[in-house]
Order: sequence, then C-alpha cells, then structure tokens
Amino acid sequence: MTSPLPIDQMIDVERGMISREIFVSPDFYREELEKLFTRAWLFVGHESQIPMPGDFFVSRMGEESVILCRDSRGAVHVFLNSCRHRGMKVCRYEQGNTSLFVCPYHSWSYTTDGKLQGVPLYRVMYEGTLNRAEWSLIEVPKLHIYKGTVWASWDPDAPNFMTYLGGAVDHLDQVLDCRDGRPGGSEVIGVHKWLLPSNWKFAAENFLGDTYHNPSHRSVDIIGIGPSGQRGQSGRRDNEYTNGQHVWVGFPQGHGMHSVLMPEQSKYSSSYAHYPIVDEYFRHCFEERRRRLGGKARLLPFTGNLFPNTAYHGRQPRGLCVWHPHSPTETEAWRFFLVDADAPAEVKDVLRHFYMRYSGPAGMTEQDDMENWLYATKASTGTIARRYPFNYQASMGEYKTNDPVPGDVSLQITDQTPRNYYRVYARYLKGDNWDSLLGRDRPHAQQAAE
Amino acid sequence: MGQTMERPAARRGLAWYELKQEIEEFLYHEADLLDQRQFKEWLDLLAEDLVYFMPIRRNVKFGQHADKENTRQGEGISWFDEDKWTLGKRVEQILTGVHYAEEPLSRVTHMVSNVRLLEVAPSVDDPREVTVGCRFLVYQNRVEYETATFVGRRTDWLRRAGDSWLIARRELILEQNVLLAKNLSIFF
Repeated sequence: MTSPLPIDQMIDVERGMISREIFVSPDFYREELEKLFTRAWLFVGHESQIPMPGDFFVSRMGEESVILCRDSRGAVHVFLNSCRHRGMKVCRYEQGNTSLFVCPYHSWSYTTDGKLQGVPLYRVMYEGTLNRAEWSLIEVPKLHIYKGTVWASWDPDAPNFMTYLGGAVDHLDQVLDCRDGRPGGSEVIGVHKWLLPSNWKFAAENFLGDTYHNPSHRSVDIIGIGPSGQRGQSGRRDNEYTNGQHVWVGFPQGHGMHSVLMPEQSKYSSSYAHYPIVDEYFRHCFEERRRRLGGKARLLPFTGNLFPNTAYHGRQPRGLCVWHPHSPTETEAWRFFLVDADAPAEVKDVLRHFYMRYSGPAGMTEQDDMENWLYATKASTGTIARRYPFNYQASMGEYKTNDPVPGDVSLQITDQTPRNYYRVYARYLKGDNWDSLLGRDRPHAQQAAE
Repeated sequence: MGQTMERPAARRGLAWYELKQEIEEFLYHEADLLDQRQFKEWLDLLAEDLVYFMPIRRNVKFGQHADKENTRQGEGISWFDEDKWTLGKRVEQILTGVHYAEEPLSRVTHMVSNVRLLEVAPSVDDPREVTVGCRFLVYQNRVEYETATFVGRRTDWLRRAGDSWLIARRELILEQNVLLAKNLSIFF
C-alpha cells in the first residue's frame, strides 16, 4: 500500500524537520483516519466503569463512537455504535446498564454480546433472507484488558497488545499500579470531555516528554497550585523527584515519555503537606512500594504518550487522556482520572480536588497548554506558514539505547521522542507492515522491547 | 426554618420586593466587577467557607435524571468543585500576567436574568440568608476570533454581611455535555 502524500518529504526526522501540513491538512487527516486509527491499539475505557454484567460506557475510537460493554456473562466487548440496518447510533447514553441496545430508528435490537436479536416484522419482511447471525453489531477484532484498562484495535492482524506496548509497559505500570506497588488496582473517578480547536497531535506530542514547554506554565509555578500549595509551596506539583535522574525515553512502537530514575537510597519527601493523613498515606505507600519492588521502585513517571493518542500523567495528577481526532483542526479530549480504588476516602478527596484544579479546561495548568495548541494550529494553516516546517532538532543524536533504562534514552530534554513518534507515524501513513510499525528493523530497540 | 418561595404567590408584600431588588442589585454589581476585571474586589464578595460547584452533565436515560444526570458536589470529577482558596489562586494566576489562557485578558459580559428568591431565612423582614436562583448568559471573546457562549442556571446561597451580602455557595448548571469551549478560564 502506498500513500498519495509525499510523506518522506513532509516528515524528515533525520534532519529534524516536520511539515506543518501534517497538523492542518485535511488530506493528512483523512489518511490518519484510514491508515492509523484503523490499525493502532487505542484506549477505550476502564473496567471500573463497567463492573457489572450489562454495564456499558460509550467511548470513541478515532472519530467514531464505540460501546464498551460487559455482556450478561461478564465478557467485555467493544462495538461500533451504529445499527447494522441504517446506521443510527444504538446508544446515546454515556453509560449505564442494559440488557438490550434498541435502535431508536427501526427498533432492531442487540444483546449485550452484540448479537442481533429483535427485528420487527421479521417473519413478514425478512424470513429466509436475513440471517441474524451475520448482522451483529460490528465488534473490534482485537481487545485487551491490561490492569483494568481496556484497549482495542480494528486490525485483525495487529500484534497482541503487550507486543505493541513493548518496553513502555514499565512506565505505564507506574500509572496503573497501586501507589504502594501492588499491580493494578486503579479506578476511574470521573471523565472530562471537551472540544479544543487544535490538531490532536499537538496534545499527544506535548505528553511525549516535551518538558521544554515548562515556561508556558510559569503562572501556576509562581502562585503554587500543587498538593502542598495551601502551605504556600510554589510550583504545580510536590517536589517528589529531587536528586532523581530525569530520563526521556522512546520506544520503537512510537511511545515516548518523561520519567525519573530515583537514587537507590532515596527518602520519601513530604507531599500533600497540608493534609497530614494524606502525607502519611503516601509515606506508607512509598516505603511499601520500595519493599515490594526493590530496585524497580526507582522508576517514577511524569508524563507519556502511548502511540498514537493516549497520554498520561503518572502521579500528580494521575490519569489517562485520549486526544480523539475530531477534524484536522479540532480535538475531542477525554481525560480519565485515576486513583487507587482502595485508597482512603480522605486521600481520594484531596486527589480529586488537585486533579480538577490542574487538568482539563478548568485546570489552571492545562488551560495554558490549550491556548498554545489552539494558536499553534491556527497560525500554521496559512499558505505561507505551511511552506515552513517545524523544528525538531533538540538534542539531535543525544541518546543512548537501553542505558540506564530500556529504550532510547536521553538524559536531557530532547526532540528524540517526537522524532521517533513521527518516524512511526510516517510508517502507518505509508501502510507499512506490522514488523515495520513495531520497529523490528531497529535491533537495539527490539532487544529493549523483549 | 426560613420562608420558601418556590411557587410565586399571587401578591407579595413590599418587603419582599425590596429584598428582591436588593439581591438583584447585588448580583448585577457582582457581574459588573467580573466584567470590569476587578477580580480582587470580586473575591471580597465570597464567604471564607465558599463552595463553588459546576457539575458535568451527562446523557442519561429518561427517569434517571434526578440521580445521574449531574455529577455531584463532594465526589468524583466535575468542572468545578472548589473553595475560596482555589478561586483566589485563579485570580492570582491571572494577575501574574503570564497566564496565557487569559493573557491578553478575555472580553467577558455576564448577563444575569430570571432572578428569583427561593428561600429567605429567617424571614423576609429579617433576611439574613437568601437562596436566589437565576439564569446566566456569559459571553467570552478573546484575542481576535475566539468566542464562547456559556448559558445555564445558577443557584446562590447569600449571607447577610453588614449592609451587603457574601456568596456562601454557588451552583452552576452549564447546559452542555462535551464542553464546547476549550477552556473555563473565566469566572461564572
């Protein structure tokens, strides 16, 4: 498969130049929907949103509405939210519990495992012609649940999710695992959904480890909105990572993140200082986590983006954000906020307040990001602007492979993670095979992923 | 117990009209402070124990609206569920001059209408606490072309403070599901 677009000219990661066209052009956008969002593994939701049989949560994959559903026997499915008959959405509630999805248009109805059950006037109109078994809701061929998070791909040939995730799993674990190191155990406490007039990749890229954009958050850093802000501490987070080695890591599947490798003997540094119970809880978690994980406890997360559009904040705040494509110049953002399901109520309460003042359209930190992404998109749509590529030359070549952690690792702020991301992105748009999309031609990286 | 006025009586006494007028003047004054960007003065109208709440509204099945349509104050994630400290931080942030989502400052007009006194305690003749409902239409325009319109319902719990009022609790019902504005960087 080839692309009609001059992809290699537009995405020149060797020289660190990427055309603005990929951020504004309807042609590129269409290619993304056709060739990227139909193949990559996408985040759909979290098991905590559908704990009981019949529970559903309506989500998105790319531009399209999908239903995440637990069927009456407990199995999890993801269906395209569109009736097989004439396409009407079979569910327009955001979440709930049901035994049937009944299409409002002609009343075809589907069971929670997607099977077409009810067809009005079946005997009169369809007997002998319509085989119900062939007209189930369209279901994703690939689905994987990892530590509560549900992921899906529309490509039946997609590799399994863990292969797709590769070495990024070490970092994702720091988001999904309990704060005390027990595996998994998170729950979603709420979802923000909002529309921003920006290309989706600006947002995704921001989480690849663009620590360079810190100056745009000067206002919150000055006034102090962090978990210890009520004690007069400046900054937007607690200083949990003092003496840590910051690492910016890329993986051959396109994932990238900014994490921190703490010293062997690091001590708990007080956090949530205004709330003694919460501070004490996190001290306990810190010590318990080190006891459980040993040397592995050294790795702590900042931000990351799992290819293509699932970003995360790892600790302060903590959650997953999907940057859904909405149009070439619009993104529909869905942020899922996470806490440990068994955390004490007071801890959850302090966390949710911090999350709300930090993140999303009402979040004091993220508002400034949105302003950047909007006007970066707007100012790149012009005929003249589009002749000039963006610069991705930061820290060219400044990285080592699998040192001191797996992956391509930079010890300074870098454009290596976005260069890597767009290298993979170009491969999707060219319709490459999965060996290429997984970066299997890159031997060192391959080793890291195993 | 105060006097509840969810259903308007056919006729009201003069004291009631005077109080309603006073409350309306207060709400218009408050809106004007925001539109005039007198944020610190606006903060002075908020009680120290303020609750400022804007739920996220969800698409739910008929019959589930009372239970499930709006996220709840005190649990989970909403657009706003905050206190005076946080609102003070929002004001401080604007005043740094480098809060780029409000730098340059948005142009904002708050329209307040459909003002109704919902509850007065202990009585209309001695109003110390008043619950007042209204509709808001907030128009925001920023930089050149960026415009957002926020329409919804508001309930305020006001507390008498000398010859003026303090806002002790504000609940804002914004008539949107997916937020159609990129930011909620203004006050409601």
